[in-house]
Amino acid sequence: MLDFVQQLVSGIALGCVYGLIALGFVLVYKATEVVNFAQGDLMMLGGFFAFTFIGILGLNYWIGFAGAVVAMALFGMAAERVVVRPILGYPQFSIIMATIGLGFFLRSVAGMIWGTDDLKIETPFSQGVLRIGSLVLAYDKLSVIAATIILCAMLYLFFNRTTLGTAMRASSENMLAAYYMGIPVKRVVSIVWAISAAVATAAGVLLAPITFIHSNVGLVLGLKAFPAAVLGGFGSIPGAVVGGILIGVIESMAGFYLPQGWKDVAPYIVLLLVLLLKPEGLFGHHARKKV
Amino acid sequence: MRFMFKTDYEDDIKLFPHGGYIVTYGVLLAFLAVAPFVLSSYLVSQMVFVFIYATVGVGLMILTGFTGQASLGHAAFLAIGAYTAGYLQQYDVPFPVYFLVAGVLTGVVGAMVGFPALRLQGIYLVIATISFAFIIEEILARWESVTHGNEGMRVKAVQFFGSTVSRDSPSFYFLCLAVLALAILATLNLLRSPTGRAFVAIRDSETAARSMGVNVSLYKVKSFAISAAITGFAGVLFAHKMSFISPEMFTLQLSIEFIIVILIGGAFSPHGAVLGAIFIVMIDPFLTYLKDDVPGMIAAVAATFGAGAETAAAVKSNVAAFASANGLKGAIYGVIIVLFVLFEPLGLYGRWLKIKLFFQLFPLYKRATFKRQKIYVKSERNR
Repeated sequence: MLDFVQQLVSGIALGCVYGLIALGFVLVYKATEVVNFAQGDLMMLGGFFAFTFIGILGLNYWIGFAGAVVAMALFGMAAERVVVRPILGYPQFSIIMATIGLGFFLRSVAGMIWGTDDLKIETPFSQGVLRIGSLVLAYDKLSVIAATIILCAMLYLFFNRTTLGTAMRASSENMLAAYYMGIPVKRVVSIVWAISAAVATAAGVLLAPITFIHSNVGLVLGLKAFPAAVLGGFGSIPGAVVGGILIGVIESMAGFYLPQGWKDVAPYIVLLLVLLLKPEGLFGHHARKKV
Repeated sequence: MRFMFKTDYEDDIKLFPHGGYIVTYGVLLAFLAVAPFVLSSYLVSQMVFVFIYATVGVGLMILTGFTGQASLGHAAFLAIGAYTAGYLQQYDVPFPVYFLVAGVLTGVVGAMVGFPALRLQGIYLVIATISFAFIIEEILARWESVTHGNEGMRVKAVQFFGSTVSRDSPSFYFLCLAVLALAILATLNLLRSPTGRAFVAIRDSETAARSMGVNVSLYKVKSFAISAAITGFAGVLFAHKMSFISPEMFTLQLSIEFIIVILIGGAFSPHGAVLGAIFIVMIDPFLTYLKDDVPGMIAAVAATFGAGAETAAAVKSNVAAFASANGLKGAIYGVIIVLFVLFEPLGLYGRWLKIKLFFQLFPLYKRATFKRQKIYVKSERNR
């Protein structure tokens, strides 16, 4: 029983990681109907920025963290301006390919600049564990869980309660109509990319003690975050987190109870099943055009 | 400027619209026929890879270019073809038999992927095909009694009616060329048939196709099956050319390379598959060239412009360090993909058509001929 609870808790912690990355996918999708395949790589880059600020320049952890978030938000805007804006309005597949290309580019360039070793950031959460009875929880994992909940709540309120959030939802439904209603669609898209790059950076920095920072971390985790986003329904913020937690729990249970090899494929099998049985996900809404 | 005067449908669907095509392709075929005897063995070997990649490109084009269903899982189909060949070869099954079996088996798997894909669109389909490819990769690594797991599998040379066709021989080159030519011919014929017309209709508008009485589900599954089968055939050749196969050869990276093939070549014509395959295969020799020769050349240029010997040497070492940097290939892929998506979505073959039209219409060419329509209205969620 204790094994089960321990697996469950570590699955939830892992799932929050996926959820945090999936949040970035969902944000961009929610506002622009673009799926950003470079999301994981933005996270990786955010980690490297934080490493530069904290590890190399020797800044305080929190200042470095904030600096990385701001720098990456600007970078996200720049990436949107150069890669995505010229092809807004073209078929989704072009944009997917463009972001895949962006991901390739970021991975290689990060590898060239920061090398291919695993890097580490000293964080306040790196050490220490929380003990509840005989249950053991590391602080670094707790920090991820806490950050996921806070970010999720903030973004949920942002999308549902603020004018800007409403503008974002409107421009995803129909860019042209939103533009006619006076919404500056281009600026909205640019802001949403900044936000999603900032969320990715937060994920990257919080993950640094757990997964370390190397140039492929984004690809590996990004691909695991897809099932999370799909499971939750691609356009739903709470869905991304719930989906992430489910995927994390499934993965850690499969690793513990099933033969070797299942751990890696279990998320994808779940993903295919969800796509087959309930393509709109757990929280998504599905509308069909009547002809 | 040549005016094509068409009087009936048969004229419109001719494989060679006019005599010029026969001459051009005749010359190309003649060149390809003598190539293995004239060119260096390295170049011939690269050409064999071009043929194999182009075959996959043609297969993927049927699905992505003509039916509009994106797939990032074609490496898995290639793997199924390759492993079927490797497995059956152990039991002395003759080449023509396992070649066909591999194609058919991959086609069946393709249809099986096609059924769940019916309900999916756009991004969901991409993610589903990625997941499928991951699962296949894991199966290949774990099903050790058949695939030998991560140790990989040796594939012997082709045995064709008692004679051995080694992977570097001209005969193998011609085998691959023949498979590519047949694949292209089959694709062109498919596109002229009702099935191909239905594919294109589904790509352009699923709703419209359905209202015209096209059985969308049936044709999507067909498209998946045909595309997978062609990729499976290419997989057999791939296995023989590599002579060793292991699960880590069939990763997401390879699937992306296949997509790059048709993206860079142009996804609307088999010409594109060949051009894209040439690009993908030649990028490795190009990088080697960049590493070995370019630094010296740049240093020589710097020296002629009056740089001292020391500066020239420094320039040389800097350029060499950049050219041999780890992951330069990935960066080049990334930049090329982005540039093509942004500036030449029709690919190299599209660019060629534009240049041709420019000279044909000179001075009346206008850019708007090839302009893409931007759609800001449609939300793919409410399709």
